[in-house]
Amino acid sequence: MNRPTLKGSGQDGVQFQIRVILLAFLILLGFGGLIARFTLLQVSRHDYYHTQAESNRIGIAPVVPNRGLIVDRNGIVLAHNYTAYTLELRPDKIEDLEATIAELGKIIPILPKEKRQFYKLKAESKNFETLPLKIRLTDEEIAKVAAQNYRFPGVEIKARLFREYPYKELTSHVIGYIGRISQTDEDQLAAENKVANYRGTSHIGKNGLEQFYENELHGTTGVEEVETDSSGRAIRVLHRTPSISGNTLHLSLDIRVQQLADELFGDRRGALVAIDPATGGVLAFLSKPGFDPNLFIDGIDSQSWQELNDSPFRPLNNRALRGMYPPGSTFKPFMALAALEMGYRRPGDAIADPGFFALPGSSHRFRDDKPGGHGLVDMYKSIAASCDTYYYRLAFDMGIDAIDRFMPKFGFGSQTGIDLPGEATGILPSPAWKRNRFSSPRFKEEQRKWYLGDVVSIGIGQGYNAYTPLQLANATAIMANNGVAFQPHVVDRIEDVSTHTFRKIDPAPAARNNFKPENLEVVKHAMQGVVGPGGTAFGISGGLEYTMAGKTGTAQVVGIKQGAKYNAATTKEMHRDHSWFIAFAPVEQPKIALAVLVENGGFGAATAAPIARKIIDYYLLGKRPEIIPSGKGDATASEAKASVEENEHD
Amino acid sequence: MIKHLWLRLIRPLDPWLLIILLALICVGQITLYSAGERSFDRVESQMINFAVAFACMWFVASQPPQRLMSVALPLYLLGVALLVGVFLFGDVSKGARRWLNIGVTRIQPSEMMKIALPMMLAWYMHKHEAMLRVRDFLVAAILLAIPVAFVLKQPDLGTAILIAGSGFFVLYLAGLSWKLIVPMILVGIVSIWFVMDLGRCSQVFHDYQCQRVQTLLDPSTDPLGKGYHTIQGTIAIGSGGVTGKGWLQGTQTHLDYIPEKTTDFVFAVYSEEFGLVGNLVLLTLYVLALMRGLSITMHANTLFGKLLAGAITMTFFTYAFVNMGMVSGILPVVGVPLPLISYGGTSLVTLLIGFGLLMSIRRHRAMIKFG
Repeated sequence: MNRPTLKGSGQDGVQFQIRVILLAFLILLGFGGLIARFTLLQVSRHDYYHTQAESNRIGIAPVVPNRGLIVDRNGIVLAHNYTAYTLELRPDKIEDLEATIAELGKIIPILPKEKRQFYKLKAESKNFETLPLKIRLTDEEIAKVAAQNYRFPGVEIKARLFREYPYKELTSHVIGYIGRISQTDEDQLAAENKVANYRGTSHIGKNGLEQFYENELHGTTGVEEVETDSSGRAIRVLHRTPSISGNTLHLSLDIRVQQLADELFGDRRGALVAIDPATGGVLAFLSKPGFDPNLFIDGIDSQSWQELNDSPFRPLNNRALRGMYPPGSTFKPFMALAALEMGYRRPGDAIADPGFFALPGSSHRFRDDKPGGHGLVDMYKSIAASCDTYYYRLAFDMGIDAIDRFMPKFGFGSQTGIDLPGEATGILPSPAWKRNRFSSPRFKEEQRKWYLGDVVSIGIGQGYNAYTPLQLANATAIMANNGVAFQPHVVDRIEDVSTHTFRKIDPAPAARNNFKPENLEVVKHAMQGVVGPGGTAFGISGGLEYTMAGKTGTAQVVGIKQGAKYNAATTKEMHRDHSWFIAFAPVEQPKIALAVLVENGGFGAATAAPIARKIIDYYLLGKRPEIIPSGKGDATASEAKASVEENEHD
Repeated sequence: MIKHLWLRLIRPLDPWLLIILLALICVGQITLYSAGERSFDRVESQMINFAVAFACMWFVASQPPQRLMSVALPLYLLGVALLVGVFLFGDVSKGARRWLNIGVTRIQPSEMMKIALPMMLAWYMHKHEAMLRVRDFLVAAILLAIPVAFVLKQPDLGTAILIAGSGFFVLYLAGLSWKLIVPMILVGIVSIWFVMDLGRCSQVFHDYQCQRVQTLLDPSTDPLGKGYHTIQGTIAIGSGGVTGKGWLQGTQTHLDYIPEKTTDFVFAVYSEEFGLVGNLVLLTLYVLALMRGLSITMHANTLFGKLLAGAITMTFFTYAFVNMGMVSGILPVVGVPLPLISYGGTSLVTLLIGFGLLMSIRRHRAMIKFG
């Protein structure tokens, strides 16, 4: 310590040395504190921070399964998925959304519709997920955005699977569509404990088969453990449990039959349901007009929605499934069988038809279609020539209770149990039903009472009863199958795509009914007479190469005043009668049973019956009519074809 | 001949400091290679930085302390002038006005103040050595306050702390009365205690003012902003454990959870990959350098040499301590690099000039002793 310094080694020198030593202590103290801190972090709390680092590092990402396909009985694809690139934004990572979208709009066109759609999604969505701004980007658009991507944090291009319905309007009412998962769907999923399996899934079946078979179509979501960086981007996959694709639905439906039916309808409204009576498999299920289900997948824009919703033709209304129409004269064969089975009539019992029926002690006339009447009418003629008076009296004789006991055997007044959601039950009226129907205080007691007259109209399929085209087709199929009823089903088999195993929808009969063969024979024979000479639909029988049984029907849309006469020409189109035709063929071994309803089509034989004939011709013989009644049908067919070809490019 | 040249080259340098310096640079380069995602970019340009800084160090080390003393005042005045220039015309980068464009290049005058201020104060004290009075400490305090105020204004809290620290250590070594030092420390502790509780604080200040200070002192109150850095740094250090995850194996580092991972937060990278053992090695290297610095301080033969060597050594300590403290979450996040490890030319040059000063002071003592 005796080194020569300028200060020397006096008091100041010692002071200074003490201060330097104190600094050395300060250094050791400071570093000692750091060592204590490091020990705490790296030894005592190491496990905690290790876990933190791992959870930082590892993200669990769902692997969304491919939704199952839907194909028709010949394997033609009716609903499929394709990959397309979308421009997606993560709102929580973007400071000024409006400005970002405006900037993006300078690079690629962004339609106001797309913008609206995006904001709508944003309002519905949770945070921390990317939302599509523009879907189905072209290669050029992808390149443009990718080149400038650095300018847009929170904007990315993603590959997404899209659902597409190549047949558009043609299948809208049977396939339905998928849509974005809503809050209601989410609650439902939570209630069914399926939230985990829907992680990462954005869409869910909203309607039709897509909804009914959601569980089959969705598949099982896989899990991917990914290493993520601080911005949440996946760096690499650490572990992967693959997803299991949804099952493929093989329908009994024949899209070509459906297509033909669509063309035959042309611009007319209505419904056609065709069923294979031996299995209950639905061959065609058409409700006209339809709508393009593709519009609904990512949320329909309000303008299109308005158009569909406000259309007087009500394209969103599933007429086949939910439209309830008085069955008109198509009800007569079932009434006839009821009379035979329950002993109210023998086949040969005949009435003299004056052209009307009046209740005892009443002047009200229930008129027959044919002024002056059909003369002497037995059961055969009552069906073939469609005599109303015969059935007015029969219904009066049977009474409502007997009708209500018998008709459920044909599925009238209850759901058929078809594999489509939202089926209407139809109305098989009864005194109790009427009381309930008019229970509201708005109605007077007289309106709630059941009158004898009520049953009379029911005899000819008018009055309170109302059924869906599906119910009529189902009843026809049961008749064709001698009373053996199958639950109608659109899906024939479900294919597990990973194992290629099929599960058939069980065609076990729902009810056998055990009608007497001779009674069935009488009714079927009479129905065959409908397309025979003197039958109401004789007009469609030209060149018939198989046996066919049918029944025309006309359902009144507006009541006709006593004494007035219905005149199609002077009645507004929307107030014209609905045209019905039910049929099955071949009679000996029916392969197809169908019900055709043409709204405001007038007399059943005129519009509905020819459609039925052509459908059966096509289904049984493969004959496709050359003449297409309306140009629109042609366009639809070629459009559908074009869109199929487009899909192959995807 | 070659041997002679070599001796000429090596003579100004202190072998102890040189060895520790090279060891730290090696550790830094290894860490930078990892932090830079196995790219040699950062390593290479840091090598260039090092070469430049080394030349500066050699140059400074070869100057006699008398010459150093003679440039103290001009350097200080130049520094203050440049700080005023920054204040008036400086370039703004990352929200702070730190750079001054002088045509050829951009310079950061606050950085040079880390050297100029302790030199100035040491020179001032040295000049008044015969009779250091309270008045001299007051003048020194003003000399200290001027650059610190400008740097705080930029704002650059980290550099301000380092500059103020360097000045404070000069005053401390010059014999600043304990009667002043102890109350200053107490006031500091009490005011921190005061603002840490919002209820206490908001009786005197606005809520937002209190909150701003609190966030600075306790980043966990702002986990997505300033706190994010500290939290991720702490996770990196903690998850490193005793032996570390291994070189290039740090998940926090390589998945980008650590911000500023080649600069201010490079210690998180190092600590994650090399663990507690690595930390102890690093601290040992620092302690060796610091002890060598204090030894030079102790044995310097002029007051200027003593004060300057001590201040530079302690500034180096402040660098290391504040950086590791903030990365490990015991100190607020202020922009202070980890000395000799963090990437960055400016701080490397400043640090090595500091080393050069130490070497010059040491050599001069030796020359007097033996010469």
